[in-house]
Amino acid sequence: MQEFFIDPNRCIGCQSCVAACSECDTHRGTSMIHLEYVDRPISVQTVPVVCMHCDSPTCAEVCPADAIKRTGDGVVQTARKPRCIACNNCVLACPFGVPKMKVELSLMMKCDMCYDRTSVGLKPMCASVCPSGALYFGTREEIEHLRPRSKPVNQFQFGAQTITTKVHMMVPRTDAVTHVDVLSAMEERPLDDVFEEIP
Amino acid sequence: MSSQTPDGRPYHEQPQWRNDFPIDWPQDEYVARRDFTKFLVLTSFAFAVGQLWIVVENFARKRRGRLPVRRIARADAIPIGGSLVFGYPAPHDACIVMRTGPQQYVAYNQKCTHLSCAVVPDPKRMCLHCPCHNGSFEIATGVPLSGPPRRPLERIRLEIRDGHLYATGREVRA
Repeated sequence: MQEFFIDPNRCIGCQSCVAACSECDTHRGTSMIHLEYVDRPISVQTVPVVCMHCDSPTCAEVCPADAIKRTGDGVVQTARKPRCIACNNCVLACPFGVPKMKVELSLMMKCDMCYDRTSVGLKPMCASVCPSGALYFGTREEIEHLRPRSKPVNQFQFGAQTITTKVHMMVPRTDAVTHVDVLSAMEERPLDDVFEEIP
Repeated sequence: MSSQTPDGRPYHEQPQWRNDFPIDWPQDEYVARRDFTKFLVLTSFAFAVGQLWIVVENFARKRRGRLPVRRIARADAIPIGGSLVFGYPAPHDACIVMRTGPQQYVAYNQKCTHLSCAVVPDPKRMCLHCPCHNGSFEIATGVPLSGPPRRPLERIRLEIRDGHLYATGREVRA
């Protein structure tokens, strides 16, 4: 089974993935992937942000119109056009900042891991063009062979919320890392006490 | 592989709305046999009730549409060649009845079919005359003879019962 692996260390900020994504016919001209700066004042390091396809998708949980659906193989899809009311709940709720509100279409659009391609065994557009291998789509054996010093992790922490995802993030193999803290990658850090209320 | 619930408990322990509005596409598309049967029964029940309602409504409409039978006058109160204005079906819907022979009566709505002026009998020309635009109608049939009107007058059905003249209905003709 082919899986998606993100290796932010390898991202060189070339925006190839962004260009490739916007070339796709299903949403031509609009990129569903974007690059996030880790800490712009001190570094130019970027992180590609694609949908992580959570096992319990927060965007779908908060959707009041029942518009966001997850397919049987675990891919969270763009909001259904007849149902989406463009309320922005998903945009605000997503721990990774993935959903994008297309106001002119009154529709939330997000990365669906190039469902038209990956469902027939092709690589997603972004992974097929990434020159440095920051975005990789392949089997677990391939990634272990290619990145012997890294291991995939699909546990994330967003405040008190633990998130398990379909997409994996590569972390150093020697580190005893079990999860990635999403907040520590945010440019603007929320106040420390924001999540202390939540048990 | 269905999605996990936020609190991690299985689906059968979740509130009903979570099962009614599942996040997963296959569950969302799935229609249970029981739900489908319920839908079929309720829809056909609604159709059946609708048919019954149409029948009842048709019956009521027919009853409503029937015009009243109204006495006009004694049949011999109108001289031969004479006429009488009466209201039918409502008292203010002016109609005119004319006695053209010993036992021959005709009645029309007085509204001219051109611009609704009241037509009056013209004994000299043997027609119903509309003074507004000089239109005229044949007395025997009510069809327009001259002037601007193009449609015949609305005819009132008459009946003689025990020497009394009754209006029983009207014929709207094109």
